[in-house]
Amino acid sequence: MSNVPAELKYVDTHEWLRVEADGTVTIGITDHAQELLGDIVYVELPEVGASYGAGDTTGVVESVKAASDIYAPIAGEVVAINEDLPNAPESANSDPYGAAWFFRVKPANPADLDGLLDAAGYTALIGA
Amino acid sequence: MTAPQRTPLFDAHIAANGKLVDFAGWELPIHYGSQLKEHETVRSDAGVFDVSHMTVVDVTGPDATRYLQYLLANDVAKLGFEGKALYSGMLNQRGGVIDDLIVYKTAWDYRVVVNAATRAKDLAWMREQAAMFHVELVERAELAMLAIQGPNAIAKVNAAKPELATLIASLQVFQGLPLGDWFVARTGYTGEDGLEIMLPGDQAIAFWNALLAAGVAPTGLGARDTLRLEAGMNLYGHEMDDSISPLAAGMGWTVAWNPPERDFIGRKVIEAEKTNGPAFKQVGLVLEGRGVLRAGQIVKTAAGDGVITSGTFSPTLKLSIAMARVPSAAAGTVDVDIRGKLEPARIVKMPFVRNGKQVFE
Repeated sequence: MSNVPAELKYVDTHEWLRVEADGTVTIGITDHAQELLGDIVYVELPEVGASYGAGDTTGVVESVKAASDIYAPIAGEVVAINEDLPNAPESANSDPYGAAWFFRVKPANPADLDGLLDAAGYTALIGA
Repeated sequence: MTAPQRTPLFDAHIAANGKLVDFAGWELPIHYGSQLKEHETVRSDAGVFDVSHMTVVDVTGPDATRYLQYLLANDVAKLGFEGKALYSGMLNQRGGVIDDLIVYKTAWDYRVVVNAATRAKDLAWMREQAAMFHVELVERAELAMLAIQGPNAIAKVNAAKPELATLIASLQVFQGLPLGDWFVARTGYTGEDGLEIMLPGDQAIAFWNALLAAGVAPTGLGARDTLRLEAGMNLYGHEMDDSISPLAAGMGWTVAWNPPERDFIGRKVIEAEKTNGPAFKQVGLVLEGRGVLRAGQIVKTAAGDGVITSGTFSPTLKLSIAMARVPSAAAGTVDVDIRGKLEPARIVKMPFVRNGKQVFE
């Protein structure tokens, strides 16, 4: 049974989003995503300063069995990345909503957040 | 599409929390929680795999030896006594690999174990060739098969089933013998010591439970793949198929060229290839750049392009390794195209891991 924290937003490509006090948005992969991937062994993050449209590929996460793209859930500019994550990719399995955040963006249009899934919507999507 | 088949151990996989997937038409566990942990357990202790989907065929009859000498690129005449096993390719007339297999010399002549994914074409081919010989082929679909692998595998099998201990103690590596309606072989697909045991399907759950009680860990197909890759062992459909010569798939050592008058299927084609020098060879790669090597990635060498046939993150070595088919002249450092970026990798001699330890330089 996957953990879907109530306070986060979600997209159907299995990333989560958390709106910070300064208006930036922290992004990671969901518990459901890490369960599907299995043991995660490699993470490639975007570069700080890069801008993406919603749905663009920003990086990759590889488990023992497969590679999976990481998408930008909303348009924006990358303002921070989790530099510890590539050295501890397994934390995406053990702490997907905490230590294993991926990157943080400044949204191009904050209203984009309104169209995302809430916890109930994401729970329904994954059939949890 | 028909529903996948279940092995006699289906309920045991459910009970052990196996994550079941469709593998070659069989419902089998990819892992029981963590592929990495299962891999590490086989390298350091003992794990058990359900390989009941594999196809067992007994070959009997006055022409059994002549038939297999024609059917296989390796020569069963090397099997000097009952219990010895031989690894071989089964080639088509164009010198491509129909399948790889193990053949055991038995009291009833021979037992052949082929892959599940290639079962139908293998059996059709074997029967077609058998028409010219006085042999009988009997598929033993009622048998289950368990592979118990790891440095503690034999001790734990002895604890789980003490009546096998005397037989097991008599087996050298790559030998197998029957005990009643069981068949115990000191073979495997992990690069560790261990056993592959065939037994009647209706006894499989009880044996599985005894193994778990003796401390053997259930291990899925995911770990089976990373273990065999570290061990430098081929997987049909990756390292070779009907269009690939054994000489380009690292299987040259399994081709018995002598005696020169032995006519086996595909011989003329691969003999000419050998004389002219094969265009491709199989190598091991260790990634020095970033990412994970995966099947299908293009390998750029000074001698031309090659392709990765299997790649993974190696749980034992904590780096990415691969098997690749590259131009014969390739050597040293190569570049691998990983999602459009060229990452350096080094050609090494396989295997990568044997008996828990790194073996390449």
